[in-house]
Amino acid sequence: MAKPTDQELDIAIAGMLRFGVTLAALVVLAGGLLSLRHPWTAIPDYSHFHAGDLALRTIPGIFRGALGLEPQSIMQLGLILLIATPVARVVFCVVGFARQRSRLYVVISSAVLLILLFSLANTAF
Amino acid sequence: MTLFAFTSQIFLLSILAGFLGALTGLGGGVVIIPVLTLLFGVDIRYAMGASLVSVIATSSGAAIAYVREGLSNIRIGMFLEIATTIGAIFGAYLAARVSSHGIAIVFGVVLLCSAFASFSKKPGPVPGAVPSPLASRLELVGTYPGPNGPTAYSAERVPLGFGVMFGAGTLSGLLGIGSGAVKVLAMDQAMRLPFKVSTTTSNFMIGVTAAASAGIYLSHGYIDPRIAMPVMLGVLAGSLVGTHVLVRAHVGTLRAIFAVVIAALGLEMIFNGMTGRI
Repeated sequence: MAKPTDQELDIAIAGMLRFGVTLAALVVLAGGLLSLRHPWTAIPDYSHFHAGDLALRTIPGIFRGALGLEPQSIMQLGLILLIATPVARVVFCVVGFARQRSRLYVVISSAVLLILLFSLANTAF
Repeated sequence: MTLFAFTSQIFLLSILAGFLGALTGLGGGVVIIPVLTLLFGVDIRYAMGASLVSVIATSSGAAIAYVREGLSNIRIGMFLEIATTIGAIFGAYLAARVSSHGIAIVFGVVLLCSAFASFSKKPGPVPGAVPSPLASRLELVGTYPGPNGPTAYSAERVPLGFGVMFGAGTLSGLLGIGSGAVKVLAMDQAMRLPFKVSTTTSNFMIGVTAAASAGIYLSHGYIDPRIAMPVMLGVLAGSLVGTHVLVRAHVGTLRAIFAVVIAALGLEMIFNGMTGRI
């Protein structure tokens, strides 16, 4: 395969980002519409922060809820897809730099990827 | 308030926030956080969570428009993301330990600074074409379409820029904002990169930076789907329209009005934080 230029890499990444955001927005919207089937329910008190339901705060919990078609879990699933989009962008860059045989930037983008995965693995599971 | 009233009001205000944020270049998060806390009485942590996800959405959604201009520099962006992502994790760690009053006061100060900065927007110094040894070793160079054809540029003062980027990441993680203005500052003023290169590269970096603290926000429960859903969808829609309008509109007056509004919101956040109302 021919080495991609930075500009070609940029365009491929932007297309991927748009796909990720569109998909995430559609899932969030679907969950939102589902939750609005009961529009007259009262909202909880948001004036003081409390961490809330653990099932909405971990990735396995959100997946379980979404499979059970819980509206809030579906919205959260869309937001996870959204958070995953920039992470996928960095993966794209690692691959792109590898195809350019730019060893320095394979190392730099892998470092960014590791920092992101470290943050997600330490918290969201 | 019923779920319907809450969702629809926040959705409409988020469209407005995203639209104005894109037109003025200040970003939607800076507007939606004071709106949620001051108008809806929502705890600032929920507002930060909703703002952070909308920041990821707008920066990724706008990427295609920036890429067409061919000005962003993915190498410089990727290198500096090491600093912003570590900063973002540190900021999110701080956010869990600082009181809501403290966060509100810091946020107010950031609002005042951004209002001030949008008045005194001056172009950076002319970038040098001869790369420093560190910049050339790290390949922090590029070309941009100048008035006399493609013009070479190179980063200067790399350690300073890296340090400012760490600060930008920390602010992003602490407050749930994109802190695009600080990122532009680091590239444009500290590293003396061309202004257009700085703004487009900054947009690319915002999403990756925010993703570094988003996992921490999620696990701490800052991201409540009933608040984040209308904010994310509204800000995204508003900013996409705003980016399209931006190409044609004359935004000087709007920017000035908006800066005054931002400054007023900043003062109110500081006052409410100090008196313990937030």
